[in-house]
Amino acid sequence: MDKAGAIAIEIEPAAITTGNVLPLLHELQHALLRFQIDGSEHCIDVNSLPLSEQDHRQLESVLGRGEVHARLQALGDSEITETRIPGIWRVVHANAEGAVVGRFLEVTACPSILKTQQPDITDGIAHLQRLIDELPGADQ
Amino acid sequence: MKPGLTVGETLRAHGVTRRGFLKYCAAVTSLMALPPSSLKAVAAALEAARRPSVIWLSFQECTGCTESLTRSADASIEELIFNAISLDYHHTLQAASGAAAEAAREQAMHDNYGNYLLVVDGSIPMADAGYSTIAGISNRDMLLETAAGAAAIVSVGTCAAFGGIPAARPNPTGAVPVSELITDKPIINVPGCPPIPVVITGVLVQYLTFGLPDLDAQGRPLAFYGQSIHDRCYRRPFYDKGLFADSFDDEGAKKGWCLYKLGCRGPTTYNACATAKWNNGTSFPIESGHPCLGCSEPDFWDAGSFYHALSTPTEAIGEAAVYAAGGGLLVGAAVGAAHQRRKRKAVDSHRKVSLDDIDEGAAK
Repeated sequence: MDKAGAIAIEIEPAAITTGNVLPLLHELQHALLRFQIDGSEHCIDVNSLPLSEQDHRQLESVLGRGEVHARLQALGDSEITETRIPGIWRVVHANAEGAVVGRFLEVTACPSILKTQQPDITDGIAHLQRLIDELPGADQ
Repeated sequence: MKPGLTVGETLRAHGVTRRGFLKYCAAVTSLMALPPSSLKAVAAALEAARRPSVIWLSFQECTGCTESLTRSADASIEELIFNAISLDYHHTLQAASGAAAEAAREQAMHDNYGNYLLVVDGSIPMADAGYSTIAGISNRDMLLETAAGAAAIVSVGTCAAFGGIPAARPNPTGAVPVSELITDKPIINVPGCPPIPVVITGVLVQYLTFGLPDLDAQGRPLAFYGQSIHDRCYRRPFYDKGLFADSFDDEGAKKGWCLYKLGCRGPTTYNACATAKWNNGTSFPIESGHPCLGCSEPDFWDAGSFYHALSTPTEAIGEAAVYAAGGGLLVGAAVGAAHQRRKRKAVDSHRKVSLDDIDEGAAK
């Protein structure tokens, strides 16, 4: 064994838990019940809560992945995933360098960032008209 | 860039889509510790905000604050929002120099008198004007002249906000913060050595959207400095349970326990490091295993060793932490008050940090 290899390097598993996952899951449960009753949406800013790496992993494994997974490419990638609990969505925004700049759990039928915005529809109507006008024979 | 455009129009001219803009607003809303439900209000206000003229003055500083902002990441969201302001004078960044640069400052002042935002980094030497001059103009004169037509002043960095390292004992240049010379303008302090890049842009966004922000007793925007590092620290549960690292390589340090006994200033330091983090969200000092130095607090450099626990009798912490499990905040407050007294004492006696202090901290 060479000298460098003789140095025992111990890598500690990051197993810190804050105990904040359980209350977070309860909050989601209550938000889902409320959403079922009166349709009021809820959003939790996960990054603002003190959670360790281990907590994030635990949260991920409990909520899992559901049927829908969307990727938004605007100022970097955003992943919008319905969890295995219908009505709970995971929204993770990354910047152009891939660093996570926002992490949310939304209780909703569909996260608002996925919906087309009204001004974009207005722009889209004009854009479609231009495309139609450019088609051969459009002026006849 | 055309003047008079709104921030929304400017960003779209840079190719930012409406969803991209919404995403930026979500990140800023999170950073400002606003409830996610206020996202719509932030987006609407920012969309309609007019680009302000900004004059940036650098005095006795190390350029770390400008570096923090401009090196945060190429083409990052922060840089985009930075493009949404009209930066008319910044002698480190602008291409013009000498008389042409000063002419740009005078032109911006003339065109936007009473409306421009003045950003200052660095402290102002009062012992002798010759310690720091720009184009032959003393820092004091340039500040007074430029501040006169400003709508508001943002003091970026601990030097501009509190005097910082230039003002550390024995303060050879007689350095003072902006607030000591300007008393008739709103001043927003954005301390940190350096401040977190996204906090700098976040304060600008906040000013654009909601006007002057609510400030704490130190003049810092509550949105970013409203909570202590300790309150948002992922190691906080260990403090509450009384689990501490006693040295930098003991069992507790390896297990990621609280760094309080190693001198962490988290309980008395108000900043957004624990949530905004550094280096593109990689980590913050405590996450890297080092106690917080408290760089966003006044006189942090003169408050004694960085490696002594905030409360003097370190032996009592174990006991205190037992009670902390029931009322951690109260203990934090009591310790904070004790620390303030200690800090004053340390400032008075101008105690220097020695190698022994560091060894002692490491050996504890």
